[in-house]
Amino acid sequence: MLVKLGRRQAAVGAAMVALLTVAACGTDDNSDSGGSGTKPSGTASAIACAKGSITGSGSSAQKNAVDEWVKAYQSACSGATINYQSTGSSTGRQQFIGKQVSFAGSDSALKDQQKIDADARCAPGTAVDLPMAVGPVSLMYNISGVKDLQLSGPTLAKIFAGKITKWDDPAIKAENPSASLPSATIATVHRSDGSGTTDNFTKFLKAVGGADWTFDSGSDWKAPGGQGAKGSDGVTSTVKSTENSIGYAELSYAENAGLSTVKVKNAAGEYVAPSTDGASLGLSTAKIADGDDLKLTFDYTTATKGAYPVYLVTYEIACTKGLPADQAALVKSFLTYTASDAAQTAIGDLGYAPLPDAVATKVRAVIATLS
Amino acid sequence: MTTEPDSSADDAGPRGTASATDPTPAQLVTTSKAKIGAADLIFKNLTRTAGIGLLVLIAAIALFLVLRATDALSANTGNFFGTQEWFPNQTPPKFGVAATLFGTIVTAAIAMIIAVPVAVGIALFITVYAPRQLASVLGYVVDLLAAVPSVVYGLWGLIVLAPHMKGTQLWLNDVLGWIPLFSADAVGRSFLVAGVVLAIMILPIVAALSREVFLQVPNAHREAALALGATRWEMIRTAVLPYGRPGVISASMLGLGRAMGETIAVALVLPASFKISVHWLEPAGNTIAANVANGWGEANEIGRGALIASGLVLFIVTMVVNMIARAIVARRRDFSGSSA
Repeated sequence: MLVKLGRRQAAVGAAMVALLTVAACGTDDNSDSGGSGTKPSGTASAIACAKGSITGSGSSAQKNAVDEWVKAYQSACSGATINYQSTGSSTGRQQFIGKQVSFAGSDSALKDQQKIDADARCAPGTAVDLPMAVGPVSLMYNISGVKDLQLSGPTLAKIFAGKITKWDDPAIKAENPSASLPSATIATVHRSDGSGTTDNFTKFLKAVGGADWTFDSGSDWKAPGGQGAKGSDGVTSTVKSTENSIGYAELSYAENAGLSTVKVKNAAGEYVAPSTDGASLGLSTAKIADGDDLKLTFDYTTATKGAYPVYLVTYEIACTKGLPADQAALVKSFLTYTASDAAQTAIGDLGYAPLPDAVATKVRAVIATLS
Repeated sequence: MTTEPDSSADDAGPRGTASATDPTPAQLVTTSKAKIGAADLIFKNLTRTAGIGLLVLIAAIALFLVLRATDALSANTGNFFGTQEWFPNQTPPKFGVAATLFGTIVTAAIAMIIAVPVAVGIALFITVYAPRQLASVLGYVVDLLAAVPSVVYGLWGLIVLAPHMKGTQLWLNDVLGWIPLFSADAVGRSFLVAGVVLAIMILPIVAALSREVFLQVPNAHREAALALGATRWEMIRTAVLPYGRPGVISASMLGLGRAMGETIAVALVLPASFKISVHWLEPAGNTIAANVANGWGEANEIGRGALIASGLVLFIVTMVVNMIARAIVARRRDFSGSSA
């Protein structure tokens, strides 16, 4: 009986292995033909190719953008291999400092000791922060019968700090006079894992919340209360399955899940729905640090018309000098491509906004000096 | 057997008189040293290396955890065992395992309460009640449950189970709400949901091992019980369960180890709030393993040390639980194994 069972299991196992092998072959073939078939001739001419192999790691918020860029770059440049691992911004910075990767993706710029360590790694050059992708962070909600919810920054800060607990609070009613808001408890949803989205969102809350937001910004959620969920997709599905909830994630997640998003009041007094163009406008008045290290200081009080104030910026961290020559050439070539107009518009469908012109010009100028 | 006639004659005496105390592996080695000495020696050393290697591995894991944890622990401004918050990445760092340790124990306990009775029931059905054909199919299906990756259980728990358990949780709150454990302001991704997901995950381990244990019950025991006029249930109670109890306990402890160490499924299901919540239907709570999964990616040097320190706590708790289980099994062995 035991033997019989063993044989049967073995047979099933063998069958499964066979199936999987066939399936694997199938997908391989597909992706190969797909890759060469969709090779964009337009971008190919824009890329000054370099050869070799580099590895980058870091932010998961820019993973989709980098994947898209790597695909385009590698299909244009045979002989170049770029690996990007979305290990998280902090890990990416540590691996960059530890010389394990040639460039890092990070949702916040190098600061203090990190900058010193990173400069040491790049000796005789320095480490530079290059803003590379911008994305609107949407506030998605799930209240039956309520569309077009409008909220200002301070109200959002009160909601996420737990100071406003009901949807029919006077502060929310005042901003949404025509909506029929339920007298239900607000369930706020935030990221349970460390995340650049949290970092950028809490920066916004800290800037506009004043006395209502007393918590530090950072990649860990610091406010008490609310529910955590793992990853942007976890936040999205939790909001979707929890009535009277509100959470934050990159815009593409809200769109894919069909969730309504909050129109956020900007400093010009308009309520603006999240969009890639709005995020670009919001960032356009950000202060860019002097020198080569293009650290951005966000200007949440911008009175630009149509600016959407909640966005995230993710950087590439690279060395001005000090990489082995073959790696340096490929990093420079790859980053030159990612900062180009073609690359910036290519990621529009993925929910990223193009860099504002003022920022993009400076980024390209710095990349040109890399060696 | 190819032993020489002389030695087999010599052996006959001692074996006859001391059969119960001496299973005589040593004698076999000495009597046939010339023929299988080399192979025996190699095998003995191989097994010894494996055994020692395991001990070295465990010691190395413990040492690694301690070394990496000490820096973080000395920088901690909170009480590592008393603080419920977890902010190791800020300056100054402040963190403690109180909330996550509590969550680990609660979810594992809920999982055990649900899974063990069901698993023993499955094992009994397969070994005693089910027709042969059905039993083999059922056993195979139960084993298959163990092959589902934990991330799949986690996603299923988050997307399917949590919304669908809302009704059950509200009903529990209505009926048993006067007990603090079942009172809730809002129900959602609670300890109970995480416990149910974990229960399903440990079910195959406990069921499969219990089944094997129940299959070992000597037929003589069962037939003796039946011959004395016992019904099937009485036979199970008097013959199968007492014999299988130590095995079921070890199986449960293996399941408990998995439940306490489960990472990604719990990370997906629980809302990762760092507070000790005695309201098990409310969306609150976190476990040590889930916290490691959530916090590792963006942790800095201190943050990682803190997570490793929490891993050390889990390591020790698991070890203590296993030791307790061993003690229980050892205490029961005399009773149930005597007639084996």
